[in-house]
Amino acid sequence: MPTFVDPNVCNACAGEHLGPLCVYICPNDLMALDTDANKGFNQEPDMCSECYACVKLCPQEAINVRGYADFVPLGAIVQPHRTDDGLRWEVVFRDGRNFEFTYPSRSRPAGSVVPYDGFTEDRVGDIGNQNLAGDSNWLGVDKLPVPGAK
Amino acid sequence: MAFETTETVDCDILIIGGGMSGCGAAFEARYWAGSDKRVVLAEKAAIERSGATGEGLSAINCYMGQRYGWNTPEDFVNYVVNDMMGLAREDLVYDVGRHVDNSVHLLEEWGLPIWKQENGQYERIGRWQIPIHGESIKPIAAEPARTALGPENIYERVAITHLLKDDNDPDKIAGAAGFSVRDNKFYIFRSPVVIITTGGASNVFRPRSVSEGLGRTWYSVFATGSAYGLMIPAGVEMTQMEHRFVPTRFKDGYGPVGMWFQYFHAKVLNAMGEDYTETRAAELNKYEPYGSAIPTPTPLRNHQMYLDIKEGRGPMYMRTDQAMQALSGGDPEKMDQVRNEAWEDFLDMTISQALTWAAQNIAPEETPSEVVLAEPYIMGSHSGEAGAWVSGPEDIASDDYFWGYNRMTTIRGLFAAGDGVGAAPHKFSSGSFTEGRIAAKAAVNFLNDNPGRPNVSAGQVDGMRQTILSPLVTFEKHRGATTAEEINPNYLTAKQGLVRLQKIMDEYAAGASAWYTTNGPTLQRGIQLIEMLREDLEHLAARSPHELMRCWEVRHRAWVGEAHLRHLLHREETRWPGYYYRSDFPDLDDQNWRKFVNSKFDRDANSWQLTTRPYRDLITG
Repeated sequence: MPTFVDPNVCNACAGEHLGPLCVYICPNDLMALDTDANKGFNQEPDMCSECYACVKLCPQEAINVRGYADFVPLGAIVQPHRTDDGLRWEVVFRDGRNFEFTYPSRSRPAGSVVPYDGFTEDRVGDIGNQNLAGDSNWLGVDKLPVPGAK
Repeated sequence: MAFETTETVDCDILIIGGGMSGCGAAFEARYWAGSDKRVVLAEKAAIERSGATGEGLSAINCYMGQRYGWNTPEDFVNYVVNDMMGLAREDLVYDVGRHVDNSVHLLEEWGLPIWKQENGQYERIGRWQIPIHGESIKPIAAEPARTALGPENIYERVAITHLLKDDNDPDKIAGAAGFSVRDNKFYIFRSPVVIITTGGASNVFRPRSVSEGLGRTWYSVFATGSAYGLMIPAGVEMTQMEHRFVPTRFKDGYGPVGMWFQYFHAKVLNAMGEDYTETRAAELNKYEPYGSAIPTPTPLRNHQMYLDIKEGRGPMYMRTDQAMQALSGGDPEKMDQVRNEAWEDFLDMTISQALTWAAQNIAPEETPSEVVLAEPYIMGSHSGEAGAWVSGPEDIASDDYFWGYNRMTTIRGLFAAGDGVGAAPHKFSSGSFTEGRIAAKAAVNFLNDNPGRPNVSAGQVDGMRQTILSPLVTFEKHRGATTAEEINPNYLTAKQGLVRLQKIMDEYAAGASAWYTTNGPTLQRGIQLIEMLREDLEHLAARSPHELMRCWEVRHRAWVGEAHLRHLLHREETRWPGYYYRSDFPDLDDQNWRKFVNSKFDRDANSWQLTTRPYRDLITG
């Protein structure tokens, strides 16, 4: 389900980032910059899993998806819009019916996590046992289970 | 495109892959490793959205709920062994089960919204699954890994294609090699400890959609089997490479069905309105003791549906309409809630299915949706169990399952997690993250016990460089032989190699178009053809770093395919009907085959050795 870029909206993330965010984020190295046109494009549409990573991240909302020609009839739209803590999805059917769905996806701001905060496992003394870091706070039971007999 | 620069990275622990397992490994390794130790992660994409969970998830499928008294790790082992029709490493599965809640609770602490019941406990879908607002599960899992390691230790857009061995000891790891798809740089990582956390394999079999839809595989199209493609040619002992997972999913978009079955209580009925789980109940008797297990093992449910389809009783429809009407009971507000939940299931993790519904005018409360058996996938994290034969945990594993360090492969210093670990299925996202952590702690232990730097000669580096960059050379050398770059008698493109592989696998290795059926002679013919393919893949051509990455991806996938063919041939039974059938050995044979099939590739002799390893019922016994 290949992504496509609206050339009237894409600004190649000019001045905002080190490079276009779609090129940064695509998990399959598909989104690329056409340096002549200075626009993003999908360089290998049949390797696109329509994961929407680029669609969700594009600051201009310049990227959308046209369903795989193999089996998706034309005319539908599924477009996310970012909210403070998640996404609002606009879903338009081929026959014109439309729905909106809004879901949270984060309960705390990105960048606010302090790794190992409050962990008590001894980085030297506990290295030989079976406990993982944070077990004492986060496992949920007092003791790591072991099977009855070996 | 000469990759003039070689960047050498010296580190103490190298994590290959930044998916769920890799992020878990990074987080755990950094905690235990001393501040004088350098932990590095290499990833072919960007860890915020890389790996199979990058698109998001609507549920965590591996959670014990030990604090609620829901399940014990023993319960988990019993469930998994039955679902795998009797074959799983009980020590490894138990180990994931006892640790996984820690990871789930941490993910929630890091910002993952988990659905709650009125009593404050997590909501449940089935016995092991909890629903989440999981569109961002991957960036949430990646953040502490990136912070803990430090951005300077995360090498993104670096595709690792080969492992390095110690010059003085071929059974010891020494690092890995690859290249940047962005910076025109060749990379050598010299490390005495390596943790492989890369993915299983999609697109080894010809998928049901072969044009643009080639990308809409059920499992990520960028999961290229590199966990196996790195390890097999390095001589690592592998296990259960004959196993595959054939997902029953919504047709074409491959939307998940678990929520529909277990949360909405929908049924799949054939065109005559029959429920195959009822009409074909007696079929389960052929596969005892697993046939009477509760729940019915996944392959057997596939098998029942398969019989309906093969007899021409399809299409099979998920009766979303009936389920949603029953749940809402005519209450419009309740229907709004159910509709909201139904769409979130897809929008969180398989957006193409939502688009397919919209484009086909399918409102699930009105119109049922087709489900199908998809093409096979070879993996170790989900319902598949292919992967490396690894040491188990010291306090659980039997002596023959333990060689010093948990999750260490048969190469010293080389650890695996996630899809890379065989016979340890049903980890899913949380369990893979957890297994990365388990492997990383053991890896630190190994590092402490085995000081010293790896020996990587200039000769090994030069040879690796030549090998890895050869598709670029091949193209330049032969481009003048044709007026059309894509048609050249001297080389294949990566895509051409991929299509050949998929055709062989589909037709000889029990793919979808062969009704998942094969036999000994068919497999032997398939092996002849894939041996020629392996030779031809020495002549791949690439015009860019992007194509060079594709070349090595298909090389990795071809290793998976060949291992799969050879393992299928070795196991003379049909253990997983609904996943594949050996027509010459149509029955389950617990007496002779309740054991693991293992293999090793010997590069010097260019030959494979297949063996079996005994089953140890450490928990179920």
